[in-house]
Amino acid sequence: MKKFLTVALAGVLAASMLFTGCSKKEEAKSEGEIPEKIVVGTNAEFPPFEFVNDDKEIDGFDIAVMKEIGKRLEVKVEVKNMEFKSLIGAMESKDLDVIAAGMTVTDERKEAVDFTDSYYTSNQYIIVKEDSPVKKISDLDGKTIAVQEGTTGDLVASGDYDSVKDAKVKRFKKGVDAVMDLKKGGSDAVIIDANPAQEFVKANKGLRVIKDQSSEEYYAFAIQKGNKKLQKAINKQLKAMKEDGTFDKLIKKYI
Amino acid sequence: MDQFAADFYKVFIRANRYEMFLDGLKVTIGVSIAAVILGVILGMILAIMKMTEVRKGRKTLFSVIANIYIDIIRGTPSVVQLLIIYFLVFHTQMGIVAGVVTFGINSSAYVAEIIRAGIMAVDNGQMEAGRSLGLSYGATMKDIILPQAIKNILPALGNEFIVLVKETAILGYVSIQDLTKASDFIMSRTYTLFMPLIGCAVIYYLLIKLLTFGLNAFERRLRQSDIR
Repeated sequence: MKKFLTVALAGVLAASMLFTGCSKKEEAKSEGEIPEKIVVGTNAEFPPFEFVNDDKEIDGFDIAVMKEIGKRLEVKVEVKNMEFKSLIGAMESKDLDVIAAGMTVTDERKEAVDFTDSYYTSNQYIIVKEDSPVKKISDLDGKTIAVQEGTTGDLVASGDYDSVKDAKVKRFKKGVDAVMDLKKGGSDAVIIDANPAQEFVKANKGLRVIKDQSSEEYYAFAIQKGNKKLQKAINKQLKAMKEDGTFDKLIKKYI
Repeated sequence: MDQFAADFYKVFIRANRYEMFLDGLKVTIGVSIAAVILGVILGMILAIMKMTEVRKGRKTLFSVIANIYIDIIRGTPSVVQLLIIYFLVFHTQMGIVAGVVTFGINSSAYVAEIIRAGIMAVDNGQMEAGRSLGLSYGATMKDIILPQAIKNILPALGNEFIVLVKETAILGYVSIQDLTKASDFIMSRTYTLFMPLIGCAVIYYLLIKLLTFGLNAFERRLRQSDIR
């Protein structure tokens, strides 16, 4: 029985390797195409860009923009909610066509996916308690920082950008858990993108935000590597939306 | 296959990422062992509290308390228990201790039932024989019932340990860097899902396999005295 199990497991592993091997090869197809149904991956823990609204539906700026683009391209849009850190991996295994998750364009991410034109410029904000002595990002050296796993805030806190050194990083699944950790005194600060930071501070008394001037970053939709057709189509629609005012309307509505 | 090798390099070798898996493994093993010890101690106390009911032949204060405790712990998911204990009881301090306490408490409810069932499985005639030979309740328990009960208890207890090890995978919810969290972290940096997940699964599998070998060897040793 034991032997059988060992062999079975080895078989499953080998098979799964083969299958991923296959999907990797398909990548060679050039140009790519616009799917009949665009599957959009997001992490609905990032207000106001994406969140679960009172009707239990995934809503937010990114989602609204993608739905509008879908309408203009005359394709269906399906939104999938998952953990932020899993998004790019899910795209690599071809389960997603677009990631609309307030994702910052970084060189590391560019190795794995392609990005559309940027549609929003943001900063990292530091959330601290009102009585905290922290004034700027370098004051966080050696402190305990709570972040949402895999976000730009995580990268900043982990020292990837050299703006913070030797900090102890607590990585949570959700931004709100990181903020709770700060509130309860488990950490000294939270680093998170500007808009969610403001939302969190609005919802929690006794916290204040500090803008990290050193970091300016650009949000863009991520698409499968090499899918030029979809990239062009989305860029075109983004531009059109900006020109006819739809984009500003959505910004006003959500942000 | 090139892709496979490149992913393997990226996930395990680059930036010494294998060390993260090892550190995570240490946390997983450490928390599991500490939690199992706490769980067995608490479980024994609970089992004794529950057993007072059998001896007296009616519900006692102790057995009612133990029953309510076991009922609540078994009736709630361990993720929720972990979040409650980390955020509300420990106020986000000492994450690892909060993890040990959570899994210890969680496991104690199951251990209590295992111990109780193991003792109850020993034929009632054994107790009657002991008492009729003039031994006290305590002496009969210690010298006649428990040695037999232990053989019933240990295999099930080993099983509980295995379940516990795997359950610690939720420690990441409260930002503790265990084995699963290590693979989470690597996923968030390498942007590949396959290799960190399979790597993590294989490490867990080997760990449990090792544990199973140990438990089987132990059980065989216990069985040597059986006349069969």
